[in-house]
Amino acid sequence: MAPKVVLVTGCSRFLGGHLAARFAANPDVERVLGVDTEPPSRDLLRRMGRAEFVRADIRNPLIAKVIATAHVDTVVHASVTANPAGPAGRTAMKEMNVIGTMQLLAACQKSPHVRKLVVKSTSAVYGSSSRDPAVFTEDMGPKDLPSSGYAKDAVEVEGYVRGFARRRPDVDVTALRFTNFIGPRIDTVLTRYFALPVVPTVLGYDARVQLLHSEDALAVLERATLHDLPGVYNVGGDGVLLLSQAIRRAGRINLPVPSGAVPMMGRLFRSARLVDFSPDQMRFLNWGRVVDTTLLKQEFGFTPRWTTQQAFDDYVSGRALRPIIDPELVASVERGVLDVAARLR
Amino acid sequence: MAEARVIPLHGADREASRRRRGAAQARTQALGQLPEPPPPSSLSPSRESAHESAPEPEPTSSEPAAWERHLADLLSFARRRIQGDYEVDEFGFDPDLTDHILMPPLRPLYEKWFRVETIGMHNVPGEGGALIVANHSGTLPLDATMTAFAVRADHPKRRHLRMLGADLVFKTPVLGALARKSGQTLACNPDAERLLRSGELVGVWPEGFKGIGKPFKDRYKLQRFGRGGFVSAALNTGVPIIPCSIVGAEEIYPMIGDLKALARLFGFPYFPVTPFFPFLGPLGAIPLPSKWYIEFGEPIRTDVYGEHAADDPMLVFNLTDQVRETIQQTLYRLLTQRRNVFLG
Repeated sequence: MAPKVVLVTGCSRFLGGHLAARFAANPDVERVLGVDTEPPSRDLLRRMGRAEFVRADIRNPLIAKVIATAHVDTVVHASVTANPAGPAGRTAMKEMNVIGTMQLLAACQKSPHVRKLVVKSTSAVYGSSSRDPAVFTEDMGPKDLPSSGYAKDAVEVEGYVRGFARRRPDVDVTALRFTNFIGPRIDTVLTRYFALPVVPTVLGYDARVQLLHSEDALAVLERATLHDLPGVYNVGGDGVLLLSQAIRRAGRINLPVPSGAVPMMGRLFRSARLVDFSPDQMRFLNWGRVVDTTLLKQEFGFTPRWTTQQAFDDYVSGRALRPIIDPELVASVERGVLDVAARLR
Repeated sequence: MAEARVIPLHGADREASRRRRGAAQARTQALGQLPEPPPPSSLSPSRESAHESAPEPEPTSSEPAAWERHLADLLSFARRRIQGDYEVDEFGFDPDLTDHILMPPLRPLYEKWFRVETIGMHNVPGEGGALIVANHSGTLPLDATMTAFAVRADHPKRRHLRMLGADLVFKTPVLGALARKSGQTLACNPDAERLLRSGELVGVWPEGFKGIGKPFKDRYKLQRFGRGGFVSAALNTGVPIIPCSIVGAEEIYPMIGDLKALARLFGFPYFPVTPFFPFLGPLGAIPLPSKWYIEFGEPIRTDVYGEHAADDPMLVFNLTDQVRETIQQTLYRLLTQRRNVFLG
């Protein structure tokens, strides 16, 4: 059943903002509320059209008032993020992720109008280690619980969501475990990472990376909101890229760093404001993570339009990343050598 | 064993496989290379006339074409690698790299050094999932790589063997990444069943470190076969189990001692002492050139036990024992047929 009043958290960011824009363009949805601590950029605000922006902090009980007075029946919690907003960084992000979710769920529990909750979670809840199976299905858990960072936040968020589902069995709860996003428009740690001219990796490891195009991510969130599809679903594009392969596809130069020097390298990059990697994301660079999306395709009824490889290529061409190693040059060297060989004959 | 068993001295298909192998050898030359150009039909009249009209390039064109095409193949491989233009499956298996870089160096080891002879390759199905279960030995897992090479080079369908490895392999830098690229994955039931369901040929060495790191005096004595996890994987997916017996790998590094303290220091399961290692340093790491036999036995069907067969521990134990006994008997038979460790 189509929702009447939708509340989207994190609407100043890419996913929340564009999601609110999609609902605003949908005539079946009566009212769209976008919540965030800071106003969306002007461009995003224009896209959001008739969606109303509410400047509120979901860590604050005020959110309960917003949900109750607007008779919100569907809450899309899209603000859980791995990308710290700025130099204030990690602690603020954790507060926002965990405490924000707690407050939001408490508000939802109080309001009798809420019938549906869609949570943007992450496949980081599976952790990343050498002892894990190659492909995670929804019923698996992490081998060792992530001890810090975004992955731990996500595990805690999912815990609160499960608690909420237990206390409000009348609410349809959909938790979507997304793999890393990529695309020409979205800005994440990973998109900045691959945009570096020389990309540092961990020496001796080659992570398997599964990506999801940001447009597919939006489509999945939209579908989860407009249809009744309760459950936990992995969401990721088909296929896998090795980290080294992705770097080569982007025409970047791979710089393997001994694992002992990786934390130092991470600090260096953070202080240079290039890429802000947390330790659990560093671990991700060692082993990567692949999830099984059978449930998404069969029960949720969605097949991502972009495979991992296509999504990555779209990101490379959409961002107009100038390859350091020019494919034309490589091809011409190949032709040249073959010409010389032909002449030798 | 409660009673003495009669061990047939001459395996039925051993001679046949010897004959087959001759043919297979010719076929395997092509692995990792381009197919050989068709033999020049120098007697054809059209070619004769071409020879007269263009005398310069023609006589040499048939021979350099081979190296030139080889070069073209090499260059296009290099370009694919530089541009990341290849496919990797969800386990991290990179067939392009495996066939061009990882497999070719094994050929001399397989053909010249160990002179591996495969028996019963027809028991390995040409398509669909199957689980190859083999004995493990030799201090370093050369037996696994040789089996994988045998299936790739000697099987008519040239299949890839997807091996299940210990977690230590995947924890180790470089080795772990390489293992994944060569098609291995962690030995756990979810991975094994996923591979078998997608119709892959999976290899498992259930003895693990107990088998590969056993002292030389215990050679060819099978160790405990894990907890039978491989049997439940096969039962759950209904694929046949192919017992595989490898003779020769026990003698490549005769392990006469184990420096436990050093092993603990490095986090290895054992630290081998062989007659040549560590006394001869890196020279001691050269495997002894024993003569190898790899015999693939009759497939054991698992699709006859019904749906929830894997939940019956007794059945799992019995099947595990059956596989183990089959391999042990085949080992004894192959050993009695072998006259010399190095000459076969």
